[in-house]
Order: sequence, then structure tokens, then C-alpha cells
Amino acid sequence: TPDPLITDVQDWASATGEGVDATPYGLPIRFEGDVVRRTVSWLTADPISSINFTPIHALDGTITPAGCAFERHHSGAIELSKDDYRLMITGLVDRPLVFTWEDLQRFPRENHVYFCECAANSGMEWGGAQLNGAQFTHGMIHNMEYSGIPLRVLLEEAGVQPEGQWIYVEGADASSNGRSMPIEKAMDDVLVALTANGEALRKEHGYPVRLVVPGWEGNMWVKWLRRIGVTHSAVEAREETSKYTDLMPDGRARKWTWAMDAKSVITSPSPQKPITHGTGPLVITGLAWSGRGAVTRVDVSLDGGVNWQEARIGTQGGKYALSRFYLEIDWDGSPMLLQSRATDDTGYVQPTKDALREIRGLNSVYHNNGIQTWAVYENGAVENVEVGS
Amino acid sequence: QTLNLGRTALPEEIAAWDVAVEPDGTGLPVGSGDVLTGEDLWVENCAMCHGDFGEGAGAYPVIAGGEGTLRDRRPVKTVGSYWPYLSTVWDYVHRSMPFGNAQILSADETYALTAYILYSNGIVEDDFVLSNENFTEVPMPNAEGFYADDRVETEFPLFTAEACMADCGPAVHITRRATDLQSTPEGAVTVFAPDRPNGVADGAGAPEGGEGAAPVQQAAAEPEPEPEPAAGPDPALVAQGEGLWRQCRSCHTVGDNARNGTGPQLNGVVGRHAGAVEGFRYSPPMQQAGEAGLIWTAEELDQFLADPRAYMRGTRMSFRGLRDAGDRAAIIAYLQAHP
Repeated sequence: TPDPLITDVQDWASATGEGVDATPYGLPIRFEGDVVRRTVSWLTADPISSINFTPIHALDGTITPAGCAFERHHSGAIELSKDDYRLMITGLVDRPLVFTWEDLQRFPRENHVYFCECAANSGMEWGGAQLNGAQFTHGMIHNMEYSGIPLRVLLEEAGVQPEGQWIYVEGADASSNGRSMPIEKAMDDVLVALTANGEALRKEHGYPVRLVVPGWEGNMWVKWLRRIGVTHSAVEAREETSKYTDLMPDGRARKWTWAMDAKSVITSPSPQKPITHGTGPLVITGLAWSGRGAVTRVDVSLDGGVNWQEARIGTQGGKYALSRFYLEIDWDGSPMLLQSRATDDTGYVQPTKDALREIRGLNSVYHNNGIQTWAVYENGAVENVEVGS
Repeated sequence: QTLNLGRTALPEEIAAWDVAVEPDGTGLPVGSGDVLTGEDLWVENCAMCHGDFGEGAGAYPVIAGGEGTLRDRRPVKTVGSYWPYLSTVWDYVHRSMPFGNAQILSADETYALTAYILYSNGIVEDDFVLSNENFTEVPMPNAEGFYADDRVETEFPLFTAEACMADCGPAVHITRRATDLQSTPEGAVTVFAPDRPNGVADGAGAPEGGEGAAPVQQAAAEPEPEPEPAAGPDPALVAQGEGLWRQCRSCHTVGDNARNGTGPQLNGVVGRHAGAVEGFRYSPPMQQAGEAGLIWTAEELDQFLADPRAYMRGTRMSFRGLRDAGDRAAIIAYLQAHP
């Protein structure tokens, strides 16, 4: 039978739509209303000090729209205007300095696309498959294009003294989240970011200024950046001792585990994106990244890791940026155990969760970059599972 | 070579912002505080989230105990069992606590609280006085429990072998399923597992709707119409109360999604019996007061909020109170606006 959507004249083909000024700053069309950040309420005591997740299952390409890029706050997202903004450089420098927002505008800027991944991304999955959805298992990540000033330029303006081997960065919010990092990283590729995806940072991402620490855990990307202290050693603040350290099976803990190792996930099909079209052509797609460099290849398995085939890279991400991969198959309707596996330019191959557990046990909380498995059923439904022989 | 941008930071400005304390004591101001003073400060400022003895309340961090649990399946990571440096405690308490009211503690108060935290962890006795002079002599039980990231040495050799592409092992089967745990937020996804009738809408049918029963938040939806302010509280007072509410919201919630937390949810509290919120475990005195007929009128709430523990001995509400009558009126108006 002929499709009335084609044979009948539809309202939108007859009447007019909205005028140009209906939405001076646009939001997604209402049909996309479920492409939103979501939180898991039992994770934290309070939504003010909590996290939500990027709906990666519903996105394509590699750039994360700011409006649905995950948020993590330790004392809530504050409102800090450009006029009220100050950045101070203190400590082991020749000239302790204060910059206003206007001052920062006058430094040379660079543009880079980087991913920001929370160290706890996939952390709830250490003990076994737990959350049904790529958004929840892998959604503490976003990937944006930043414009900003190399931190090196600001540090040189202040003149770092030879005994200044570390920096300590902290935010202006009530948590004053502070982290230490070696001066080598600070002088290498850290950015003092003023915009993301071409526009001012969103409030929840640290407006007006945040730190971008390429490849390293998101907690170090200090938002509402207020102060950079040059120190002779690590400050060992709360977020680098009590938190963001990896408890190992012998009861000791790794600290300074800054780099995010190579990782990938299939975003579709996934529990929130079941196969609804039946058998035949099927696009399998996902994201891959490495905090040690660039992704060089992604393999996909349909049988839980016994056999693999190389996926097609759709967008080749640069160093410390997301890559998008695709594998097009002809699905015959039989169940699948989907996995993806990233390799980066250091030669590191993303390990299985079991291989990581063998080394790190179940208590390390952070830095779980193990291979994810999705079970696909005959009816197209998808579930988060783990497999064994 | 420099651009000569910015200006020199003044000593007073550096003193105001550069307050970080390092493990060797660098950055500690002169001062001291004792355990008992710290206990009073703890009850007033900390116990509502961290428990009277640091045992934790709700999902807030446990501060004391946990000794010898770091190899357990459920390790309890506290200042005593896990934190390697005392400087971290002092630094964090001083500038990030209390939650929702940060940077109110003086140096002496911070020494006292740090002393109490040490005492609650059994590291010092109750007559201990902590100061900038003896600070670095306090032994931290897990001081040797950390080592620098060694993944490159210990893990990379294992994970840089050529990736296997075919017949990489025996066939696998499912060993764990997320659906068994039921911890995914409700409504975010529906899994239609054909062999799993429990929790499945139609075991044999194809999934309907790509996103399951995801909560649809219409991006361009009309804003909710404001409720008519029929003889309600003064809107200016309500607005003022909303600002003050941040002192309350780490324990209490109001509004559509209000639920019990460290304290009971407070929708409709004004005019209601005391101790009446279902599912909340009140202190015995609060429960008895409710059973004896105490109604939270604006007048009673005003007295309670002025000094909760003086008004009701034994209440679990560890809040120091609102001294300003205007602030109390504003909070009460804010509560009235949430019937």
C-alpha cells in the first residue's frame, strides 16, 4: 500500500515553520529529547557532588556536543563571570602574577581536539557487568575542540625557578579541587582553555576557564581554574591520595596514575540502542581513544573475543582524541557477543577485564580500560555481560 | 620574550589564595587545637554527614575505622586506614569543608578538628594537642601504602603483544549479566532478553522503540506554568530562603524529586506533625515529640531552627542553628513554598 506520508500532503509541506528568530540559541529538536545526560543516583551521596554520563549511545562522529557532555562537580557548578575572574600564578616563580580575563585574551592561542575521561569511567564494572548502557558503562567521557593558551606560555611569563619541579592547580569553587602534576607535563601540552567547540565553556565545564590536560584523567582538568602554584614536590591533596589512587590486591595503592590507557566501546548496538530493524545490513560503530597517543586500529569481535576483524576508522582522532570506528555486517539474526579492542601508537592493545583483574584485583575503582562485551539476542535486544570459557 | 601581561600578585592576595599544605608541613600556619575542642566542632559541623564518630552517614565518606581492610573485598578507606599524609587532612578540611559552607574554619579550629579525626582513628589520645610544631611527627598508619604508577613497567610488557585475530581461545559463554543486578537507573533502558522472562515486557517479541522507556525530556517543552501565589508566603522571603537553603540541602530535599537522605525530605513540613515522614528513621526524642502531638508550626520551627539541639535534646540533626531571626523566617517561608 502506498505510504500516506508520501501520498498525502503533510502539514510541514504546506504550512510554514518557525521564523529565524524563534530560538536565538538553539536546542536539539524535541524528537531528540531523550539524548540527555543521565546520572546514577546511588553512586554518590548528593547530586551537588556527583557525576552524570554522556549519552554516547545516541551520538555519532567524534565531537561531543557541550550540552550533553558529562559533568562532574565536587561542590556544584558555580557561576563565575568573566569580570570576576582572576588567575594567579604563585610559588617558585620570579614574578607571581595575576591575570584578568582580558589579559588572557591577549596571549597567543592554540586549537586542539582532546578527550576528557573521568578516571572512574567504567569503574562500576570492576566487580562484574553492572549497568545496562554504554552511557553508564563508558559515558564519563567527552571530546571537544578547545581554544586556549599553552600553560607553558603563562608559566614563562612568570618565570619558573629551577627548583620548581611540580605545579599545583586548583579551582575557584567551594571544593577548590586541586591536583599536582610534574612541570614536564605543564610545559608540554597542557592548555588553559577559554572555549570548547567554538563557544565559551559551559558553566558545568568550568566557565570561564578550565585546564585541559591531554590524555590524563579528568579530575586533573581543573574547572574554574583559579591558581597555579609552582612547587618543589607534589602537594598530595585529597583528590590525589584519598581519591584517584588505585588500590591493589596487596593492600598498597598506586598513585599518580594520570594517563588513561587505550580503550574502546561499541556505542551501537548497545543496551540503549538495540537492533530494531531485523536481519540484514547492520552498522556496528563505536569510539576508541588512548591517553598515551593516537589510536592506530580497532578490531571488532562478534563471538566474544575468539575471532576478530579490523574495523574501518571513520574519523581518525589525533593524539589524545576520540576516533570513530565502523564495521558493517550482514546480520543473520543469530546471537552475538560484541566486543571492540583498541590499539594505540605505542603498540598497547586494550586488554580484557579479566587480564586487568589478574593484576589489579577488584578494588582499584579507577582506570578500568578493559574490553566491554555486549550480548545481542535474536530479537535485537542488547545486554551488558561478561564472558568466560 | 615575555608579553608583560598581567600584574604582580600582592602578598595579601597570595596569602589569601596560596593556602595549600604539603606533606612536609610547608604552608601550615602557626596555631594549635586539642581533641575535645575538635569534638565540639565536629558535632557542630561534620557529624551530620560523617557521623558522630566518623562512621559516615548515608553515602557520605567514612572518616574513621577501616583498619586492616585494604585487602578485603569491601575495603573501608579512611584517614586512619588509607590516607598517607596528615597534611592532606588539614588542607582539605581547611579549604573544602564543611560541605556547602567551605572556608569558614580558622587555623586553630582546623588543628582541633584534625586532632579529633586522629583521635577518632585511634592514632592519638584524648588529651592530644596538634600544632604546627608537632604536626609532622604524627605517625600515619598507611604512610608506606602508596607507590608511583608503574603500569609502564608492570602492565605494558603484557599488553603490547601482537593482537590475536583468529581462534584466540576456546568458545565463550555468558558468565555475568548486568540485568541480574538491576542497578541501571529505571527507565533509561529496557533489555528484552528472550530467555529472561523476569523484568521483560514481551519475552518473545521484538523490542519496541529504540530507546526503551527512556524518560523523554522535551527539549523545547513549554515551561511549567507558575503556580498561583494564592495567600502563600512572601515571594521575596522565599527567594531569600532559597539562598539560605544551601546550608540545608546536603541533608534535606524538597520539591518534585524530594526523598529522604541524611535528613527527612521536607515537603509540607510546615503544619505537619513532627517525626511524620514515612521511611525516615528519626531520633527517639523527635519521634516521641511527634507522638505527643508536636506540630511544626512556623513558631515551633523558628524556635527549633534557632538552636536545634537546645530545643530538642538528642535530635539527630547536627546543625548549629540559624542565629538570625530574619534567616529563620526566610527558610520557613521557603519551606512553606514547598507544600
